[in-house]
Amino acid sequence: MSPPLELDYIGLSPPPAAAAAADADDDLKGTELRLGLPGSGSPDRRVAAATTTTLDLLPAKGAKRGFSDEAPPPSPAATAGKGKKVAEEEEDDKKVTATPQPAAKAQVVGWPPIRSYRKNTMATTQLKGSKEDAEAKQGQGFLYVKVSMDGAPYLRKIDLKTYKNYKDLSTALEKMFSGFNAGKDGLSDYRKDGEYVLTYEDKDGDWMLVGDVPWEMFADSCRRLRIMKGSDAIGLAPRAADKSKNRN
Amino acid sequence: MTYFPEEVVEHIFSFLPSHSDRNTVSLVCKVWYEVERLSRRAVFVGNCYAVRPERVVLRFPNVKALTVKGKPHFADFNLVPPDWGGYAGPWIEAAARSCVGLEELRMKRMVVSDENLELLARSFPRFKVLVLISCEGFSTDGLAAIASHCKLLRELDLQENDVEDRGPRWLSFFPDSCTSLVSLNFACIKGEVNSGALERLVARSPNLRSLRLNRSVSVDTLSKILVRTPNLEDLGTGNLTDEFQAESYARLTSALEKCKMLRSLSGFWDASPICVPYIYPLCHQLTGLNLSYTPTLDYSDLTKMVSRCVKLQRLWVLDCISDKGLQVVASSCKDLQELRVFPSDFYVAGASAVTEEGLVAISSGCPKLSSLLYFCHQMTNEALITVAKNCPNFIRFRLCILEPKKPDAMTGQPLDEGFGAIVRECKGLRRLSMSGLLTDKVFMYIGKYAKYLEMLSIAFAGDSDKGMMDVMNGCKNLRKLEIRDSPFGDVALLGNVAKYETMRSLWMSSCNVTLKGCQVLASKMPMLNVEIMNELDGSSEMEENHADLSKVDKLYVSEMEENHTDLSKVDKLYVYRTTAGARDDAPNFVKIL
Repeated sequence: MSPPLELDYIGLSPPPAAAAAADADDDLKGTELRLGLPGSGSPDRRVAAATTTTLDLLPAKGAKRGFSDEAPPPSPAATAGKGKKVAEEEEDDKKVTATPQPAAKAQVVGWPPIRSYRKNTMATTQLKGSKEDAEAKQGQGFLYVKVSMDGAPYLRKIDLKTYKNYKDLSTALEKMFSGFNAGKDGLSDYRKDGEYVLTYEDKDGDWMLVGDVPWEMFADSCRRLRIMKGSDAIGLAPRAADKSKNRN
Repeated sequence: MTYFPEEVVEHIFSFLPSHSDRNTVSLVCKVWYEVERLSRRAVFVGNCYAVRPERVVLRFPNVKALTVKGKPHFADFNLVPPDWGGYAGPWIEAAARSCVGLEELRMKRMVVSDENLELLARSFPRFKVLVLISCEGFSTDGLAAIASHCKLLRELDLQENDVEDRGPRWLSFFPDSCTSLVSLNFACIKGEVNSGALERLVARSPNLRSLRLNRSVSVDTLSKILVRTPNLEDLGTGNLTDEFQAESYARLTSALEKCKMLRSLSGFWDASPICVPYIYPLCHQLTGLNLSYTPTLDYSDLTKMVSRCVKLQRLWVLDCISDKGLQVVASSCKDLQELRVFPSDFYVAGASAVTEEGLVAISSGCPKLSSLLYFCHQMTNEALITVAKNCPNFIRFRLCILEPKKPDAMTGQPLDEGFGAIVRECKGLRRLSMSGLLTDKVFMYIGKYAKYLEMLSIAFAGDSDKGMMDVMNGCKNLRKLEIRDSPFGDVALLGNVAKYETMRSLWMSSCNVTLKGCQVLASKMPMLNVEIMNELDGSSEMEENHADLSKVDKLYVSEMEENHTDLSKVDKLYVYRTTAGARDDAPNFVKIL
């Protein structure tokens, strides 16, 4: 089985042929994960979509869940419960047993079964890592920051040094978190709200909207990222469509 | 044999290495009981509440090595509320009164205070070995007491404890006359240590074979230490993130190269990828490697290291090694016996975590594999069946699919057949942890085939009481059964009550057992302690996962005594056999029926 990279956990089948990919491209047009970066109002996501493995995992045209059929661009369904259903809903040729999940949005206590000592030690390691990396100017070739998405069952981490601009970052994050899009025909609350908003915590501990400052300045001061639900971000993040500012 | 003088009988018993054998011979007759108990040197108490400490020390007055375990295993995952119990005090106090010849104490998942350590240090003049694993409640002050008073100390081994840091001075309390150290592990100490004191201590410990440092120890200090320990067999590094200075690392490499006996490496705190090549000269001689606390090394760093470790028997890594990395392990480490793959909470962009593919690769490349702990995102029956065929020697098989109840990633079926193959093929399996989507069928297989299974961990599995009953009835050697979030209720709990006397303990949390069921169990089986736990204040440990929890809380607290709520579900149940009766140190959230 082969969809490699970070989307393995969804457990999906090998990518369909390129033709299907092109079809799925259309399906993806109103792609759910929209990060609402300033200036990213009209998503020309074709390029991104065509190159992501996400693409391959979505049903081909004609599947029972047609994205383009949805009137408003659907938002990712991002509850933890939905996240668990990803495997069932993204594949149309795998009949994954739909097991009812607990409706909990919160993480399950004591799961995964990892000793507190290990959790605490790793947390310190990564805190140290990202703090030091964010502040050091030399030496380290990487700059790992945590990325959380509201409602996702676990966080991810990315190396900011591998991106040159906001667009690359946005693409990568879409790839990474598209798995939590799912939500098939049973709509989640978030779809109606529209977009997600990308925010970050800077060196001073303040939560800022991504995109306001030049990329280098952002990369220097960013300590962690959070993909917030649009509804939560009211006041902080005007809808992307309202912003016409260009960013590099 | 009763015609032999007691000294001869005692001598014969000295050839019985295992506790259970010695327990057995002590049952034969009074003479043997006496001979055995007076000559017993090592006592193992698997559950500190199964027997009173006084009784143990009175029966075995000449014991030299005592091992005691406290909290149930699920305490590791925050399922047991704090202050539940497991206090070391009574054991140390009882030993201090009756067994002053005690030389070794090993404790796991217990609450140890500084006062306890002080008493320990002062009470046993020949004390040599202290091993504390996953314990809490003490600080570096307690360690200072051990260091200063245990003149013959050989081993101070602190594994994954939660230790309050009160400064670096504790290490300086080892007197200059202390030259007996063989093993020192303070990796879990959070704070700084005085590097001068550390170097001097190592310099006067010619027998040092195992040294595990904490993350405050620098590369330079490590190099200086290693120069003094050419016979070191096991090393836990300090931090390896120092701003890269070629000199420091070069010194480290040349010091490491002198350690021809070094077989096991761990630590790598905050290790920068830059340090990896400096370890290469060592790799070919390593049998044990623990990189599981090092999220900063990615797939390519890890594989470069691991591919050189051709003698590796034990490997602990993070899942950023990826399936590809595990294939490298499979092709390089043919002697691998134990593998643990832990989840990192992040992925390096572009690499992947592990799936069933990595496990299959390992199983086909490493047929000696006998112990596995594997956190992954998905699994398939086909893979498990393949693994079972490739590695029939599994003794410990623990698989954790991160998403609860996740089915076979290819077929969407439950993973019953896969785990069934494991228990069928691996006839010596002693420990099993399962995950993913599982029905009663897997328990039918376990009951049928897992004849030597001693410990079983179940989470989010099964359909009905029959599942648990198949296990209880079928697994003749079952000692510890721990279950969470599975639909087993009173029928299963009461289906084979005599079984609990043959087991150490049963844990059930977020299942369907009711108060009434527990009461019935307690009344039928007076030699069990039936402990029920509830979160009175709905503390953060009990999150929204359990829909009826708040209801149970209110009912339980307000009406418990009036027996109105016998049918209310018990959230946490811990049952264990005991000769000690109900314990008197239980907190108010624990009710012993």
